[in-house]
Amino acid sequence: MSHYYGQIINLLAAVMLLLSFAMLGQRRILSLINLFMLQGAVLCTSTVTVALVTGQSHLYWSALLTLLLKVLLLPWLLHRLIRRLNVKWDVETLINIPTTMLIGIVLVVFSFNMALPISQLAGTVSRSTLGIAMAVVMLSFLMMITRSKAVPQVIGFLSMENGLFFAATSATYGMPMVVELGIALDVLIGMVILGVFFFQIRERFDSLDIRHLEKLKDD
Amino acid sequence: MNLIAPVLLQILELALALVLAPLLTGWVNQCRAWLQNRSAPPLLQPYRQFAKLFEKEVVLAHNASSLFRAAPYIIFACMALASMIVPTLSTDLPFGPAADAIALVGIFALARVFIALAGMDVGTAFGSLGARREMLIGFLAEPALLMVFFTASLISQSTSLSTIVETFASREFAIYPSLAFAGVAFTMVSLAENARIPVDNPTTHLELTMIHEAMILEYSGRHLAFIEWAAELKLYVYSCLGLALFFPWGVPQGADLSNLPLALASLLPKLAIGGALLALIETLSAKMRIFRAPEFLGTAFMLAVLGMLVHLLLETGK
Amino acid sequence: MSGLSANLSELLSIDWILLLIGTWLLIGLAGLTVLRDVTAVARLLYPLGALVGMALAVCAFNALGAPAEIAVLPLGLPDLPFHLRLDALSALFLMLLGGTAAGISIFSAGYLRKGEGSAAGLQCLQYHLFLASMALVLLADDAYAFMVAWELMALSSFFLVTSDHRNPEIRSAGYLYLLIAHIGAIAILLCFGVLQGAGGLAASNGVADYTFDHMRAIRHDTFWASAAFGLAVLGFGAKAGLLPLHVWLPEAHPAAPSPVSAMMSGVMLKTAIYGVLRVSFDLLHHPLWWWGVGLLALGLVTALFGAIFSAVQSDMKRLLAYSSIENIGLLFVGIGLTLTFQAFGMTALAALALTAVLYHCLNHAVFKSLLFLCTGAVLHATRERRLGKLGGLIHPMPWVAWLALLGVLSSAGLPPFNGFVSEWLLLQAFLFTPGLPHGYINMLIPVAAAAVTLTAALAGYVMVKFFGIVFLGQPREETISRQAKDAGWLERTGLVWLAALCVLLGLFPVFVIEHLDFVTRTLLGTGVYAASGNVAGSHGWLLLAPISADRASYEPLLFLLMISAIVVATAAFVHRFWHGRMRRGAAWNCGFPIQTPRMQDTAEGFSQPLRQIFEPFYRLTRELPTSFDKAPRYSVVVRDHFWYLIYLPLAHLANLVSRGISVIQQGRIAIYLLYSLITLVVLLFLVRG
Repeated sequence: MSHYYGQIINLLAAVMLLLSFAMLGQRRILSLINLFMLQGAVLCTSTVTVALVTGQSHLYWSALLTLLLKVLLLPWLLHRLIRRLNVKWDVETLINIPTTMLIGIVLVVFSFNMALPISQLAGTVSRSTLGIAMAVVMLSFLMMITRSKAVPQVIGFLSMENGLFFAATSATYGMPMVVELGIALDVLIGMVILGVFFFQIRERFDSLDIRHLEKLKDD
Repeated sequence: MNLIAPVLLQILELALALVLAPLLTGWVNQCRAWLQNRSAPPLLQPYRQFAKLFEKEVVLAHNASSLFRAAPYIIFACMALASMIVPTLSTDLPFGPAADAIALVGIFALARVFIALAGMDVGTAFGSLGARREMLIGFLAEPALLMVFFTASLISQSTSLSTIVETFASREFAIYPSLAFAGVAFTMVSLAENARIPVDNPTTHLELTMIHEAMILEYSGRHLAFIEWAAELKLYVYSCLGLALFFPWGVPQGADLSNLPLALASLLPKLAIGGALLALIETLSAKMRIFRAPEFLGTAFMLAVLGMLVHLLLETGK
Repeated sequence: MSGLSANLSELLSIDWILLLIGTWLLIGLAGLTVLRDVTAVARLLYPLGALVGMALAVCAFNALGAPAEIAVLPLGLPDLPFHLRLDALSALFLMLLGGTAAGISIFSAGYLRKGEGSAAGLQCLQYHLFLASMALVLLADDAYAFMVAWELMALSSFFLVTSDHRNPEIRSAGYLYLLIAHIGAIAILLCFGVLQGAGGLAASNGVADYTFDHMRAIRHDTFWASAAFGLAVLGFGAKAGLLPLHVWLPEAHPAAPSPVSAMMSGVMLKTAIYGVLRVSFDLLHHPLWWWGVGLLALGLVTALFGAIFSAVQSDMKRLLAYSSIENIGLLFVGIGLTLTFQAFGMTALAALALTAVLYHCLNHAVFKSLLFLCTGAVLHATRERRLGKLGGLIHPMPWVAWLALLGVLSSAGLPPFNGFVSEWLLLQAFLFTPGLPHGYINMLIPVAAAAVTLTAALAGYVMVKFFGIVFLGQPREETISRQAKDAGWLERTGLVWLAALCVLLGLFPVFVIEHLDFVTRTLLGTGVYAASGNVAGSHGWLLLAPISADRASYEPLLFLLMISAIVVATAAFVHRFWHGRMRRGAAWNCGFPIQTPRMQDTAEGFSQPLRQIFEPFYRLTRELPTSFDKAPRYSVVVRDHFWYLIYLPLAHLANLVSRGISVIQQGRIAIYLLYSLITLVVLLFLVRG
């Protein structure tokens, strides 16, 4: 049965990578939030699977935390935010989507190769997924760079955190509980502050296009 | 004796393809009608269509060339050959060694080139419009399909379709994430190549939205019958290909006539479910703008390449 | 060892080949005697040249399996005679030269016309000199003979390109061609210098010996070997059309008369490939893996560039020129792959990749020449090169159209023709790359395979555009197509010869690969059939299975037979059981009453989707009409970024520097005498010590 657990974890890792790519190529903000919710759900499932295989009970708690935060609370907050900000339109990208995907593939190859020697050292059942976790982090970073509206950038930031958490579970069976709670709190506070910022930006420039922020530069 | 069984199976496979392909299209049309809550055309309607078209006289434009007249037969022959290569009833077919997966992609490309040239032949605006769009779809779909085959070949260490099916069918049940990526990419490519929603609407009558239909506007009579039959064969071949790559259980290995009922019993339900799924996808999606089609196919291409990379990372050298 | 002895039975293949080259030179010189007589030149001299070409191909074929032969000609400098050598690699390319030249010469016999460019006899001399010099390049066994033959090839082709020298555009195209050819020649010369001198003068016993035998014997260290390889790629790449030294190709090929374009594209580019193969595998024994990967990347970029640009051209011959750039890129991808496999010791796979390269050389020579000659026939019939004025030529010119269709299907890489076989072999070689023992490249090279498939698909698009707009549809200019006439019988013979080669190369791949194995064995030490344990032809002549039958197989003859059988059977069936009635009427056109030929796609229109997808790669200038124009005009011009980013700035720099130096040229005699005095004083000062 554990042979199947390994394959299930691999499959979930692949689905996470697929979701990151789907977010990279997505135009509509509503679908972005739904994809982020799905990514949270996949992360939760994979944490539970690792917990079942290795019997580490604190992973069950982190899975629960992920479920509450990433699948329920944050997407609800985001939905409320975009409804109040009225930002349901198409997302513009700074470079066109096929080129973004191409750069994404290059980043994926790079992270896969970088992770290979590290994953030989780790002793966990899911060490080969370290490369995928790094790829997810890189792709979310790319998404943050290439979007011109503020909300997708925040989603990229949150998805990067997803990737880091996935890397932690696959390499070292999760972080100490204190660290996890701390990170979760940081993310929540960050969301609240960013929400306040959105309203400020919107009031100043009448739009959430971050390129307007360049006008604040001293010339 | 041991030459008769494979040849018989080969002929049977071709005959089955020729007979079942219109039925598959009729089934997809019925499912779509049920899902859209309207009354369906009869299941055997495509056959009646052929009978009608064969009776009719062919009307050719004044400046149609001999290429225009020869193209339907060539396209039909390509699709028939493709149906003889994809293993459905057995993996030991005499024509199996004649073409491997890469040559199969080449056969599809040959048919596409001929239909595009036929579309440009009469010199109407719609024909060249359709030809241009068809070549655009093909230019993006062909590499994606080749990458799907690459992923399958890397797993089974061969590009011969018989060997791929045998390897996949005989392995114990294992979840291959790379095949999941390849499967999604293959579905997207087959939607594009068979002119289905969301890429092209097969029942449209608005010329400016046509891709496949625009190229065959000038055909009539038996020529049109052959082209429609070739299109239905293409859908059948793509379905069998998808089943062979991703759900190969039930295809008998080796040529043995006694395995025939088992093969049929596993093929027909799989095709029926596949057809129903296709109808579901068509009902749930809307047709995209033509300029979104390159993005759609580019995504399929990226997914196929990604599947190959995931295979190289996760499934080899642990 | 043989000289020019009189006893015929003692002559080796190399002697026969030298005799044939001499015959070409004689034919060329004979053209001078009948300078303006087009009929004599066309009906007598060119067909003789074609016969010589065939004989050359036969001799070279015989020499393929034989051991290497050498000859020393007493030409050249007193201490540096011409060394010549005929081994398997030279024999293959001589076969390519002879076979293609035969077809092109026959076509030229029918193509030559009075009043086009320079005198017919002069063109005959230049053409046969071109052929002879290319043959000498392939035979040369020392650096001196190679460079002399190379320069002769460049000069004679320059004169051929500028045949119509009254046209200023053609003159500037020829100038650019000569300039880049010489930049390449300098790099090749430096490369030979490095190969010979890297061991130091002591290694060659104090004698400066430029023979290839000497270079083979020296073991170069990494730095000098890499320097030699880099210079070779630069020099031969300039002649082949590798990025960024490709800018002369799209100018020179359209400027030249069509048979010359065919010869340049089909054969001259292959001499550059021959040069790279000779230097990397014969003169430098131990390739490094990063040479291979670098060459692969360069070739890939070239191939994509060529494909993307050929898609947006509206001139027939420029389209084919860019398509040649694409194919050269693919050849370099194959050579890079071979080097990579060889560097990691995977010799059997290197043999597979090299076979793909050599097969593609043969294929490209044949189908590209066929396509260029067809455009020549169209050009003569319609006097029009722009795609926007052609159309519907399949009706007045059926021979040219159907033979061009064969060329188009081969060029697009479709089964069962020859283009598909080399593409198939290349993709099979790529499938083995995940087994490479290096971390990054075993993942990056499969992605390169994806790019190769993309290029091949794009080539299909381009060829459909080419054939469809020129030959199908309605004529876009009525007057042009009404007076078009089909090609004459001499031209048809040339086209049929090349088309037959396309078909035969596609249907009998096992036969071809068995003979290519002679070359791979010479260069790598093992061939495709010998390596995998199969005795040559153990799968029979029908089945192509270079690795094993389980792994991959392809039977082109069976393929073609099945398709033909199904076509005939269905046609007969329908005609027998229903009917074969048919009548002609107006085109349906969805019931639209008005239809003019101008409503069809133009060349720019057909490539519009690609222009939109690949917009960042072009330098587009567009002229759009507004709603208020009385005579609205739309024009779009696509230019090459490389020209504006690299070449124009370099030209400006050269101008600036030369203007700076020209300050010395004051124009007054007193200043020039002062220069002489200063030089005399300085020399006396130096010598006194």
